[in-house]
Amino acid sequence: MIRGITVRSPRERKPARHAAGSVAGRPRVDSQPGWTGPARLDAVEISAWFGKTKVLEDVTLSVPPATVTALIGPSGCGKSTFLRILNRMHESVEGAQLAGEVLLNGQDIYAAGHRLTEARKQIGMVFQKPNPFPAMSIADNVTAGLSLTSTKVGKTERQELVEHCLSRAGLWNEVKDRLNRPGSALSGGQQQRLCIARALAVEPKVLLMDEPCSALDPTSTRRIEETIAELGSQVTIVIVTHNMQQAARVSQQAAFFLAEQGAPGGIVEQGLTTDLFEHPVDPRTADYVNGRFG
Amino acid sequence: MSTVEYTRPQAVPSLERLPRKLAPGHQPSDRIFHGAATTIGMFVLFITGSIGIFLGYQSIPTLRHYGLRFFTETNWQPELDKIGIAAVLVGTVEVALVAMVVSFPLAFMMALFITDYAPKRIKSWLVSAIDLMAAVPSIIYGLWGFFLLQPHAINVARWLSQYLGWVPIFKVDTDPNAAVWQQSRYTSSAFIAGLAVSMMAIPLACAVMRAVFDQAPLGEREAAMALGGTRFGVARTVVFPFAKGGIIGGTMLSLGRALGETAAVLIIISPEYVIKPRILEAGTQTTSALIAGNFGDATKSQLSALLTAGFVLFLITLAVNSVAAVVIRRSRSGAGTDI
Repeated sequence: MIRGITVRSPRERKPARHAAGSVAGRPRVDSQPGWTGPARLDAVEISAWFGKTKVLEDVTLSVPPATVTALIGPSGCGKSTFLRILNRMHESVEGAQLAGEVLLNGQDIYAAGHRLTEARKQIGMVFQKPNPFPAMSIADNVTAGLSLTSTKVGKTERQELVEHCLSRAGLWNEVKDRLNRPGSALSGGQQQRLCIARALAVEPKVLLMDEPCSALDPTSTRRIEETIAELGSQVTIVIVTHNMQQAARVSQQAAFFLAEQGAPGGIVEQGLTTDLFEHPVDPRTADYVNGRFG
Repeated sequence: MSTVEYTRPQAVPSLERLPRKLAPGHQPSDRIFHGAATTIGMFVLFITGSIGIFLGYQSIPTLRHYGLRFFTETNWQPELDKIGIAAVLVGTVEVALVAMVVSFPLAFMMALFITDYAPKRIKSWLVSAIDLMAAVPSIIYGLWGFFLLQPHAINVARWLSQYLGWVPIFKVDTDPNAAVWQQSRYTSSAFIAGLAVSMMAIPLACAVMRAVFDQAPLGEREAAMALGGTRFGVARTVVFPFAKGGIIGGTMLSLGRALGETAAVLIIISPEYVIKPRILEAGTQTTSALIAGNFGDATKSQLSALLTAGFVLFLITLAVNSVAAVVIRRSRSGAGTDI
């Protein structure tokens, strides 16, 4: 399960800005032009505000390509805000501000030349509450991202894409006979997998998931977790979850967020998921993962 | 820790299970408020109903005397015993349609700008400004239309008839290319009255559309944004499908308003009782302007005829508004994503 990820302590890290996705001068395959597979994502010294309230301070996190990273921590510690900074959804909220850089394969998505819509297309997102477009059919929901980004595809190509994405999201067998029915007629868990298929259709390099199972029953949750496990090798995934067992099951690395009373949130500890859960260094992490608070 | 003994509840055997009668057990204050609210609600229905009944009752002599001719006759000449609302109804619809064609795109774009584009600090200003448009008395719009708008609008009317005169509605019975053009042929038309009425239709349509655009679910908006959609893409994918009913309903509500508009139309148009499609040409008549302009010196039978015209207008606007209300109510179910 573990793919030899080395997670350095926060002090050593600040490399991405200068190294631009290269390790020891060796060009990485994913930083070459034309590469469409999973990407590396580095958040460097991120701080965030809502109006005058600072909600995140100096958060640095590196996500290697084709891995699943879990963000855990109690409510209100800035996990979701951090996640929304990673694909520029944060700024859609009135009064939201941020500092720092988010590097997608070494390119700052907040740089002046980088298009907002392009950043969001490359870094997809699945939300807490399933949000298919209710007026559209299941097939149209899957391809909604194409028309939103003015990507033209042929009819057969479109059908193949619908099947491919629904299969990857683990939904194809359940809906293949009713692709023209409205997406809102599906169950909650199916709707969430439809949303995953919709996000995959625009071929994101990174997929962000904001508590994707918190509105779902245990069976649907298990199906989504299976989907995440299958996708983990094809796309880089960052998942926010309140469910510690889920974090342990699906992720290879994890970061524990905490906001002390009145202070902005930040990462207390990060590392391999097994280390974080079995040998936490910080006593607060130990308390949290053992269910003593939160 | 004390020991708790668990006792399984025993069902009381009974012969038959019937639904129980439940006493609501409301507080007295609740009952008083309930009664007051019901009375006031009923009062509104009573007023609307009594207006309809009054108008219907007053129409009986006229409808008995003229029969169906009342709806086919174009002239309104009581002295010749020729009275009908055919031309007047056509004029009413023409003015209202001009108002709709002008006000719909403006109200629609304004509502979309306010909900999806405007920065927060000017948003509230824009909302108040548009609400203020609704507060301006219609007589002011009439004066504005007659003195300020008309001298300019006739140039637009002439341009339209010059280039689109081959379309019957844009034709004007004069030479549009004459060096000294006959300006008075372009004044007091359904077109100019419609422009003034559109200013009164905008705030209503805009308010309804703004309300439904704002209700478009945030979750779906964010989904469209996160897929890489532009602001217009989000509007096209999420907001418009959700707000379809509100767009249609708001437009129809403002149509109801435009059909009944009186003061502004009375000031601008010059009465003419002919069925004609030429909206740019001087002279037309609308139902409400007919009533307002003639009831002052009407005899008893003429008054009955005017009230009959009013009854017809009442039924038309009632129908338009009812359809609008149904369409708007249905559209609220657009948020089908709840689980």
